[in-house]
Amino acid sequence: MAEQEKILEIKNLVFSFHTYGGVVQAVRNVSYELRKGEILGIVGESGCGKSVTAQCILRLNPEPPGFFSGGEILFKGQDVVKMSQKELRKMRGTEIGFIFQDPMTSLNPTMRIGRQIEEVFQDAKGMSRAEKKEKALNIMRMVGISDVEKRYRQYPHELSGGMKQRVMIAIALVSQPSMIICDEPTTSLDVTIEAQILDLLLDLRERLDTSIIMITHDLGVIARLCDRVVVMYGGQVMETGTVREIFYDTAHPYTHGLMSSIASLDTDKNTVLTPISGSPPDLFSPPAGCPFAPRCEYAMKICYERPPQEVHLSEEHRTSCWLQHELAPKVDLRMRKEGAK
Amino acid sequence: MSEESKVLVPEPLVKVENLCKFFQISRNQVLKAVNNVSFEIHKGETVGLVGESGCGKSTTGRCLVRLYEPTSGHVYYRGKDISTLSRAELKTFRGDVQMSFQSNVQMIFQNPYASLNPRMTVGEIVSEGIKLHHSEYTKQQVDERVEQLLKWVGLGKEHISRFSHEFSGGQRQRIGIARALSVEPEFVVCDEPISALDVSIQAQVINMLKRLQQELGLTYLFIAHDLSVVKYISDRVIVMYLGTVVEEAPADEIYAHPTHPYTQALLSSIPIADPDLTRSRKRITIKGEIPSPINPKECCQFADRCPYATEQCHNQVPVRKEIAPDHFVSCHLV
Repeated sequence: MAEQEKILEIKNLVFSFHTYGGVVQAVRNVSYELRKGEILGIVGESGCGKSVTAQCILRLNPEPPGFFSGGEILFKGQDVVKMSQKELRKMRGTEIGFIFQDPMTSLNPTMRIGRQIEEVFQDAKGMSRAEKKEKALNIMRMVGISDVEKRYRQYPHELSGGMKQRVMIAIALVSQPSMIICDEPTTSLDVTIEAQILDLLLDLRERLDTSIIMITHDLGVIARLCDRVVVMYGGQVMETGTVREIFYDTAHPYTHGLMSSIASLDTDKNTVLTPISGSPPDLFSPPAGCPFAPRCEYAMKICYERPPQEVHLSEEHRTSCWLQHELAPKVDLRMRKEGAK
Repeated sequence: MSEESKVLVPEPLVKVENLCKFFQISRNQVLKAVNNVSFEIHKGETVGLVGESGCGKSTTGRCLVRLYEPTSGHVYYRGKDISTLSRAELKTFRGDVQMSFQSNVQMIFQNPYASLNPRMTVGEIVSEGIKLHHSEYTKQQVDERVEQLLKWVGLGKEHISRFSHEFSGGQRQRIGIARALSVEPEFVVCDEPISALDVSIQAQVINMLKRLQQELGLTYLFIAHDLSVVKYISDRVIVMYLGTVVEEAPADEIYAHPTHPYTQALLSSIPIADPDLTRSRKRITIKGEIPSPINPKECCQFADRCPYATEQCHNQVPVRKEIAPDHFVSCHLV
């Protein structure tokens, strides 16, 4: 696993926004990597910086008001932060595909579906109209759109939410990118349609060996789909590891909190859910110590004062928490037993 | 015998009988949002109403509080048919308790960003209902009541004079709940109260709804598409598909023995937050999308997507059958 080629490497990224209220530090020293053919899950609540980080990879955040103040994003060895607009334009869509959360608003309502898919390769020289159409239809079939000839001529409002999301996936796949970023692709869909889309993504990974970054707040989606997981909170990475390490060997109180606050099918009715009390940190003036400290039930004095160092628990499993310090009390944060029903 | 059964089976608080709500879209297009739905809700219980978008669950909820006028069918509240009450009668209608229908039945809405008036302070929002229904209260009594309500939902005195835009989604939903509870209802329709909230905040609101139910003896109709949450909070679950009820059973029963093919598919589609379990599980995926509820065929609505559909399913409306105590299924194959 560890020997796999790294497609993307984010190193100590710091990204902030100028606002009327001051500077919001949305991403504070985030590092993670994506390897060839893997599905990396990024989980966290709204405002934790998971989407902003992912959008930095394609430089989709408006700059200004956004600005980088440190770190680098290496995509196939090239630093995205230093790229010119021309280089970025070449990379967007062709090297990296992006699937947005809301398929209802991210398609152009005045363009037919076929035209929107063809737009991606309109610059390609030496393709006839018929060839372009054939290519678009092939991609539509690949993502499971039924009745492609009819859909090709339809407008987005004539399609259901699930179908629109398939069109979005088709557009992201047109130029066979080596990686796709999915920003909550199933949040606005119904469960049975969500299951179809997740199956489609797994199938595409099998067939095309595409690397996928899956941003979501749904731990169920993470468990079903991902190979490795990054847990983010307050603009920082709290814990990262393989999906089994995160679920069965939880090492950060925030990850634990996320898991115990959801009602799952096997939750007993008489148990009270344990919500994470309080609300997320104010990123205008981020706390000096661990961002989760004010909401953490195990917080110690040092948690408020100094940011914790990242600790390696295994080859893949890393966490930033003072509880891992040799002098800290030992706390068992594991929620589930491996392979338990 | 009838004397005894009366004692054993109390009158349901809410009884829905053959409820239909159609929307005439054009001269020959009828959208059948709710089509012949019947169920009962007993005092003190939580009934979960689940289904995918467009299945008619919200329309059903809105018919129960008479935000919609049903096309046909009846909704009985404490034995009285509310669909025949006039506007004035709705306010003055006295059931077994000395209070009007409108103060007995309340609703919590899905979107806490759209359901609060941005020009009103929290105090005004919460006190509006109290002032209407208790015109005898002095200003001080109203203020005390507002404070008490905000305390119940975990907000403080300092929030009274603030506007709704100053609050987070979870706090706004609390304000919506305080407003619903301000008129001392006994039956509350919760229309997806948590689906717009963050995961860690969802648990706070669910716990609060459960606590309030115990303290105030509330009865809930809990509408949601998140089946895990519904299982956690409900005593009984009703599954809807394209305007019809396909299955109804006690919560544990329906999750242990889902019988209708749609319920089975719905349950097996939920991603479980346990990697080993969710990947090894046998899943039934249904193909295609929910068909349009405009001019539906007279047959089992699920027939087109059902993996087991027979000819009968495409031609005949299935009848509701009781396959176990309190477990009802509408399927030809059972």
